[in-house]
Amino acid sequence: MYVSLTKNNLNPNFLETHSIDDTFKKHLEELLSYGISAGADFVEIFIENIDNISLLAEQDTVTSVNPSIGKGIGIRAFLGKRDGFVSTNDFSESGLKFALDQALGMLGLEKITLNNESFEGLNNLKDFGKNKNQFLSDCPSLQESSKKILEATNHLRKYGPKLNVRRGSYSKTIQEVIVASSDGTFARDLRLYQSIGVNVLAADKKNRSSIGRRLGSSSQPRALIEWNADETAQEINESANKMLYAKYVNAGQMPAVLANKFGGVIFHEACGHLLETTQIERGTTPFEHKLNHQIANKAVTAIDEGLSEGAFGSISMDDEGMETQKTILIKNGVLKQFLSDRAGELRTGHARTGSGRRQSYAFAAASRMRNTYIEKGPYKVNELIESIDQGIYCKSMGGGSVGATGQFNFSVEEGYLIKNGKLTEPVKGATLIGEAIDIMPRISMCADDLDLAAGFCGSVSGNINVTVGQPHIKVDSITIGGR
Amino acid sequence: MNNKSTLINELFLKDKLNTLSKEINIKKWDFGASVNNDISVQIDKGEPKQTKASQKSNITIRVWNSENLVGTTSTSDLSDVGLRKALNKALEASMFGNNNETPDFSKLSKTDLPLIKRPIRESVGITKLINLLIEAESDLINSHNSIKSVPYNGLSENRYERVYINSEGAVRHMLLTQASLYLFARAEENGRKPRSSGSIKLAHGVNELDINNCIKEAATRTIDHLDYHPITTGKYLVCFKPEAFLDLITAFSNIYNARSVIDGVSLSTKESIGNQVASEILSLSDNGLHKSNIGAFTFDGEGTPTQDIIIIKDGTLKNFIHSEATAREYGVNPTGHASIGAKASVSPDWPVISKSDGIVSLCPNLNFEKSKETFVLVENLNALHAGIKASQGSFSLPFDGWLVKNGMKKSIESATIAGDIISLLNNIIQIENKQFETHQGVSPHIWINELSITGDS
Repeated sequence: MYVSLTKNNLNPNFLETHSIDDTFKKHLEELLSYGISAGADFVEIFIENIDNISLLAEQDTVTSVNPSIGKGIGIRAFLGKRDGFVSTNDFSESGLKFALDQALGMLGLEKITLNNESFEGLNNLKDFGKNKNQFLSDCPSLQESSKKILEATNHLRKYGPKLNVRRGSYSKTIQEVIVASSDGTFARDLRLYQSIGVNVLAADKKNRSSIGRRLGSSSQPRALIEWNADETAQEINESANKMLYAKYVNAGQMPAVLANKFGGVIFHEACGHLLETTQIERGTTPFEHKLNHQIANKAVTAIDEGLSEGAFGSISMDDEGMETQKTILIKNGVLKQFLSDRAGELRTGHARTGSGRRQSYAFAAASRMRNTYIEKGPYKVNELIESIDQGIYCKSMGGGSVGATGQFNFSVEEGYLIKNGKLTEPVKGATLIGEAIDIMPRISMCADDLDLAAGFCGSVSGNINVTVGQPHIKVDSITIGGR
Repeated sequence: MNNKSTLINELFLKDKLNTLSKEINIKKWDFGASVNNDISVQIDKGEPKQTKASQKSNITIRVWNSENLVGTTSTSDLSDVGLRKALNKALEASMFGNNNETPDFSKLSKTDLPLIKRPIRESVGITKLINLLIEAESDLINSHNSIKSVPYNGLSENRYERVYINSEGAVRHMLLTQASLYLFARAEENGRKPRSSGSIKLAHGVNELDINNCIKEAATRTIDHLDYHPITTGKYLVCFKPEAFLDLITAFSNIYNARSVIDGVSLSTKESIGNQVASEILSLSDNGLHKSNIGAFTFDGEGTPTQDIIIIKDGTLKNFIHSEATAREYGVNPTGHASIGAKASVSPDWPVISKSDGIVSLCPNLNFEKSKETFVLVENLNALHAGIKASQGSFSLPFDGWLVKNGMKKSIESATIAGDIISLLNNIIQIENKQFETHQGVSPHIWINELSITGDS
């Protein structure tokens, strides 16, 4: 296989050496110049170097340690509103040239000198990662990480002797990205993401309950070590025990209170995705022509931003080299802005919002969410619950999805019936079903306890780290799927 | 490039790993490597929107240290520098290897591989892909005046190579080509919610794709749901179409997955073999070599040959699917369902569901095309990743389908189907005779009595 490193190749080991020198820059400029000379309107090169390690502990043993390393390049060329995208692991000069030729060929650009416009060169490097090198030394060692995860599964046993399965997982990713494009953009970032997952399965004869929690952080090397595993173990066991003997919920329409933190996944999935320009391009969002229209209850103000310190969806720059920002999506129920990337701006006219994101070099960037949440409101949590005669309290949400026509479906991991303004027995098997356009106007109360939760979002440009969030909210009426 | 020529030089890689592993004193190792060349196009209203190509390589290396503990590393960097770094990282990881369960080489990693006939097709190139998809999009939009767009569409061709090599001389290598087409149309009528449905087709090469049927199916499935009605919440007689039942059985494959059993997240236990787990009219095998499996590989991540395994016969659980480690634990042969890893995962290949020979079902006259009973015909299950609780055995899933009364079908608006998989398998009252080959397995129509459905009315 053909990666033969010679002095003429782009140095692929920049994470180790931080050697973005003039030679490196010159190689990129040559490629970009070649693309523009061939007639492309715009050419972008995305370079990624990634170093990941993941651990899995089951019961009281580390059962899997999986390091992975990789590097690659994504090259994207635009002609009008069309684009061609090629990704490769082949860093050789011929490999990169072949990839660029392929991207140009996709646009029908096969011969040089169709375009008189010249490429004026890259700007000075904007290095968002220059002060982040301590990540490399401050992160926990493999030994520290495995010890901490075993400590977590041990705590689970302490609080839940009946648990059949206790699992703790940990993942650390250091990602270096460089973006160079024909508008002069030349930017670099060094990113650190850590995530911790804890899952249990409780079983007693035919009764079973499974509960999980995920924590995630960015740019915080000591996040794992400082994590309070004991507290998480107590919380998760309490939930698993309550749900073990819960009865199935009866289906029907009823009011619901959705808890804070991961409860925000519904807004993310059911509404947030519909505010990405990718959806406008496809004609699949009901909000396309609703800018400055009331699309939600006045109680709802919603934000997407990449700035919250340490949050899993925070980024210094997006994957198109643009500095991140805070974007107000909905203000007092009125749609204010869409999330846009470069292609989205080109195809829909909505200005870029620093939201061009991708899983890796193998994906073209697309408009994606970062930290997305509903702002806090004026109420106390008990006021939301007390306002309901018969309904459901969704303390913990499982995953969910949105169909091609906007219908969403979310499982409730931990739920309780509300009767006469009070929480009563636990229920399982509930799913929340609806469409954003119908449900958003029914969010009538927001509590004052906004909190965020880490998660992964899968969409057109792959799986990315995000944060969802909200305070406790009340939905006046929603379909509950059950038995 | 000749259509039979390969991108991976397995002997070169083998020599390279031999040399590098000796340098750092690793005596036992294996690896799986792959190279994937892919081209895909998307269309938007007659214009190419995005065209993509990728050339990706990956290698996962396992090493056994001096205490016989295993470590792994994956890398896309196949240079000497990258491979040396990967070996060192794998050796470091092996210090944390699990001494309760150490994987070994599959004892079948050097046996003969099954012979399968899979043609290797040459690339037709981007221009042809674009033209074919533009034509398909146009034909689909023109097939009905309510179809306004095809928001999700794609045509791709893929050339994929895999090798497995170990330090005891096993060498496996296979190449396949595959093309895929998906078309999901969106239909809109005044005063009604938009409806969307689609179709997926796979073939060994683009020229063999059944494009006309893909268009026809996408159009029919979308138009058939235009006149939708809410359904009353309650219990219904349900008929699952093959794709829907295959989705369900695959989502609950932990029932017959030895890895899940050992990990305690299966609905079965080691002692479940020989137990009745479903109605006796149900039989299930897993046959990764089935002729309809376009992406068939003749060996798994550990080099074990792909096989046709009987899972359930006449309702009785007969076998689990295994990796090398789980098979050794159970005292059987590995079944060819493993990935490569320090803890190899196990997953099904190609489920083939059939009606058991000589068994009469409880309701032998039920037929999805002819029955006059009132029933719900489930076409497609959605949101599987959210609505399946595999370790608990429960599901609650939105679906597309129809309420059928006296042979008349009415599309159902926004409904969810819920139940328990073990109860469902034991309450199968009819399996129709005709099997359908889909892009995810083989199954007939399957009938269940009394399943909960939540609707909007």
